[in-house]
Amino acid sequence: MTSESQGLSRGMHLGGSTRGEIVQPIMELRNLNVYYGDFHAVRDISLDVGANQITAFIGPSGCGKSTVLRCLNRTNDLVPSARVTGGIDYRGHDLYGPSVDPIEVRRRVGMVFQKPNPFPKSIFDNIAYGPRVTGMKLNKSETEDLVEHALSKAGLWSEVKDKLDQSGFALSGGQQQRLCIARAIATSPDILLMDEPCASLDPIATSLIEDLMLELVNDYTVVIVTHNMQQAARVSDRTAFFSAKIDDAGQRFGHLVEMDQTSKIFTNPSDSRTEDYISGRFG
Amino acid sequence: MSVATNWSIEGKNHEKNFKSIIFLGVLWLSLFVAFLFLIILLVTTAMNGWGRYDMRLFTSYNNTTPADAGARAAILGSLFVVSVTALMAIPVGIAAAVYLEEFADRSKWYNKVIELNIQNLAAVPAILYGMLTLGILTILGLKNKNVVIGGSLALALLILPVVILTTREALRAVPQEIRDGSLALGATEVQTVTKQTLPAAIPGIATGTILAVSRAIGEAAPLLLLGALVFITYDPNGLLAGFTTMPIQIFSWTSAAQEEFKQVAAATSMLLLAILLSMNGVAIFIRNKFAKRW
Repeated sequence: MTSESQGLSRGMHLGGSTRGEIVQPIMELRNLNVYYGDFHAVRDISLDVGANQITAFIGPSGCGKSTVLRCLNRTNDLVPSARVTGGIDYRGHDLYGPSVDPIEVRRRVGMVFQKPNPFPKSIFDNIAYGPRVTGMKLNKSETEDLVEHALSKAGLWSEVKDKLDQSGFALSGGQQQRLCIARAIATSPDILLMDEPCASLDPIATSLIEDLMLELVNDYTVVIVTHNMQQAARVSDRTAFFSAKIDDAGQRFGHLVEMDQTSKIFTNPSDSRTEDYISGRFG
Repeated sequence: MSVATNWSIEGKNHEKNFKSIIFLGVLWLSLFVAFLFLIILLVTTAMNGWGRYDMRLFTSYNNTTPADAGARAAILGSLFVVSVTALMAIPVGIAAAVYLEEFADRSKWYNKVIELNIQNLAAVPAILYGMLTLGILTILGLKNKNVVIGGSLALALLILPVVILTTREALRAVPQEIRDGSLALGATEVQTVTKQTLPAAIPGIATGTILAVSRAIGEAAPLLLLGALVFITYDPNGLLAGFTTMPIQIFSWTSAAQEEFKQVAAATSMLLLAILLSMNGVAIFIRNKFAKRW
């Protein structure tokens, strides 16, 4: 199946009601709170991420959606002052449990960033880096197979197969982003997080990445943060709408307004704030 | 229409008014003065050394007869001392910079103290490093302070802050996104440093380090304090061997009574300059060749 027909067939489910219902949650956030020092940035987030679904986080700037996303693979830990309360259950494990190794979490929950960030290495080494550092013992031909597999999955193989030894920087922005997706896939993650992956790309590159997401969701679970509401509507099964509020002490914080099937969020949201945001009345 | 609008774009060029020209003139004059003295210095030194640009400079040891004197001991001494200096200062300097830039918690008071100290150390007069080394060698019980390892230690201490600062600069120039990308793949922080950040920073580190080492080659003050101003007629053949270096040899010849010694000094100066220029040339070459486009 080509990525295009894949996208169409999934899109056709939109009319039906099954798309976006959680069959099996893979991550359950329970009253997640994020602090940066004394600043209580994100408050009481509870939501489920369904396995093999695309979950979209939308909302105005500063509503905490990227912060929540970074909690899902514990990259928020890398900010020295960051602290989390509440829990994230990942396949029966508390993601923030005392015996959890954040490195191990990041090997299972991959991430693609807003700005394509290839390593200053060859295309081949960009892909092979993850398997090497995560201790996958591969010989030369196994590595080559894995690089081809990952690049094919990311729809980049035919474009780069003759220049694998060129720098990752030699590619265009959209190709670089697909390289980063291929890089994340190479370590066979369980979940793929994408933080505004198309924010710096043109519409054609964006549409390629969207097709790719629809393809990837057959094998992986995808969570995407996006400012582009059409994108959320096009690709996601479920959408979480975040917003920012100001508390009594004058602190601005992010919270979850509602989460539902994407078709419902975009046609008949339960909360009037969601409708205002989606119809462009605020944010 | 009663209001006349002037859409004319002709006029006297604003860049060519009196003040601008004076300002530019002062800038050019400053540049000219600086350059003029450099040229005068180079040309007079080159002329003074005339007649001594031959193999004697490289093959002969120092001699009481100016015609037989050469800088062999000083050249080999400089190369030996600076190599040992580099071996001591570069690994330590890079390691310290990696710690400060990649691992240190900057909110901790002791890291702030270290930071401040390193910046200050880079501005400490060279002679103080000589005194410090003298003290260390005395504590170690070395009678003869003019040994290769002593000179190298003094110069290594001298350039260590510079190596640390330039390495940190090079590490800081590596975009945070590269570290994020590596960590998000499940690499450890140590893997991220050794496989991504440090390799990406190597051109910058190399450039800074070569410039630091070339500073060590030209330095005389700390070595004078260790008693390097001696008459050496043998190749430095061990870490505990006595030595002299080119700047010190130049100093000693320049203060000698016979006019002919000044000739040898000038020739050696030109050689030292050539070494420094080629080292800086290599540094510039590395910087341009491996300049990263992020």
